[in-house]
Amino acid sequence: MQETENAQKGILVRQGGMLTVLQDLGRYQYRQYGMPTAGAMDQFSYRVGNLLVENPENYASLEITLIGPDLLFQKESMVAITGAPMKPQLNGREIPMWQSIPVCKGDVISFAELETGCRSYMAVAGGFDLPPVMGSLSTYLRAGIGGYQGRQLKQGDLLPLTRETGGEQGSIRYRYPEHLIPPYPAAQVLRVVLGPQQNFFTAASIRTFLNSEFEIDSTSDRMGCRLNGPTLKHRHKAEILSDGLIPGSVQVPGHGNPIVMLSDCPTSGGYPKIATVISADLPKIGQLKPGDRLAFQRVSLKAAHSAYKVFQDSISKDLLEKIPDEHSLPAESRVYQVIIEGKTFRVQIKKENT
Amino acid sequence: MYPSPRFLPAGDKALVAEFGNKIDPKTNEKVRQIFIALQQLEVKGITEMIPTYRSLLICYDPLETGVKELKKTVLEINRSASQVEIPEPLVYYVPVKYGGNHGSDLDYVAAHNNLSEEEVINLHTEPLYRIYMLGFTPGFCYLGGMHDAIATPRLKNPRVRIPAGSVGIADKQTGIYPIDSPGGWQLIGSTPLCIFDASASSPFLFGSGNYIRFVRINTDEYQHIKEQVEQGKYSVRTEEKSCSENH
Repeated sequence: MQETENAQKGILVRQGGMLTVLQDLGRYQYRQYGMPTAGAMDQFSYRVGNLLVENPENYASLEITLIGPDLLFQKESMVAITGAPMKPQLNGREIPMWQSIPVCKGDVISFAELETGCRSYMAVAGGFDLPPVMGSLSTYLRAGIGGYQGRQLKQGDLLPLTRETGGEQGSIRYRYPEHLIPPYPAAQVLRVVLGPQQNFFTAASIRTFLNSEFEIDSTSDRMGCRLNGPTLKHRHKAEILSDGLIPGSVQVPGHGNPIVMLSDCPTSGGYPKIATVISADLPKIGQLKPGDRLAFQRVSLKAAHSAYKVFQDSISKDLLEKIPDEHSLPAESRVYQVIIEGKTFRVQIKKENT
Repeated sequence: MYPSPRFLPAGDKALVAEFGNKIDPKTNEKVRQIFIALQQLEVKGITEMIPTYRSLLICYDPLETGVKELKKTVLEINRSASQVEIPEPLVYYVPVKYGGNHGSDLDYVAAHNNLSEEEVINLHTEPLYRIYMLGFTPGFCYLGGMHDAIATPRLKNPRVRIPAGSVGIADKQTGIYPIDSPGGWQLIGSTPLCIFDASASSPFLFGSGNYIRFVRINTDEYQHIKEQVEQGKYSVRTEEKSCSENH
């Protein structure tokens, strides 16, 4: 068991899943040139995942949509799976989410089925050994840049892992407090701040917008969430001189059906924006899928800022619970830290299945 | 242009400073000046900005600053922009091979406007085009200043793949495709320049608020520049706009 054996190894993708892509906080500072940020659709789950494996907050994770991949680890590692409950399994045995899980060379992580929500995240201690593009590993699918070759993962891909083990201790395991794990209902209420162009809409339409339930259209994707429901009326024009767009902007084109812009949205757009979803609630849209429903609730800017503070505080290392050592391992296995001639090795001992 | 900027909320992490509601160089120049001043002042809490035709989207971290502070800063800069030295806009000289394989719709654009191909090229290379903003796809410049005499409607059937560098006309607009993409613009030429290279340290060739002048080149020049670009040896010719105007 030589250390060098671990070099250039990583995760072999045995099945890619429906849409598995590398995402991080997003690609910033290039929006002025028309480059969308991309980045994780549910920033909350993504960021908590990195905390659990003691990664810096901008390390890329796998964003797993609707149907999970099948992943063979070619080296030992530590992972954490967060977000929508997708019944993750380690070698066919169900493992808990929202906690760090040690993985050995030869282990397989797979996902049985999505229960609710839309997207899960898998953070890997030390991150992926891939080159960032314009400062980020986020995959921007439309331009085919970032992540793993600018595309979603498919069978046969090998995701190289860094040689870092993540964190100083490497073997301490954490979990996110159960009572803080968000639910993933099929109907969500999203808080919005009205504007920037709410004055383009009739008062009746603003009332309709705030008092109706909308259904997520099947054409929704990482770029935007298209909504079906009562149509909204513009007072005069359904066009503006193109101005800036951000994830959360609620554009309403001439047909009157709102579109909530999301991670891959263009940087500018020419439709009036009735409202903007507050950043604390953006992760909730990332967990809605076609057929799910949402409603909008108006809040003041001040309330939105308070919500943002609460949101940021909920993503904190201080909230993590250390998992006591005796419970820190998957059933019927133990990991020991062994030092031989000054080099540290982690050894897992498993019980054979008969 | 408005007598003073209007501020519109764009959620809890962005503020729009709007300076007018029309496409005109003066309003857009104001956007550029405020944008550059805010960058140079390194205002605390501003995370990113998107300048557009007539407004500036200012993204901020609400834990570090607030709408009140940002409005105050923008208004202060607006009153006395002199505190920060704003560089002159640049003119980028963009070589274009017109017609033939490089611009297969040039004949159509000419016929549509009752002009010769030669006249279309002369009209297209004559103006100084302002880069009002970037958007649509990474690196795409919204240019202003094209002669109406060469305006041509989009293709009825958009092409599936238009190569990066293609120069086209869509109604009263002209532009350059920064990446290979589908599109319905009438293609009149092609530039050998690389408009967007994600792997470069400066991925984008053009910035908003600057200018483009198209320069006609022949096939040999196109090939030569293309090779230089590929070897990383070509640097695009630029000069300050005031110099360009004095010519």
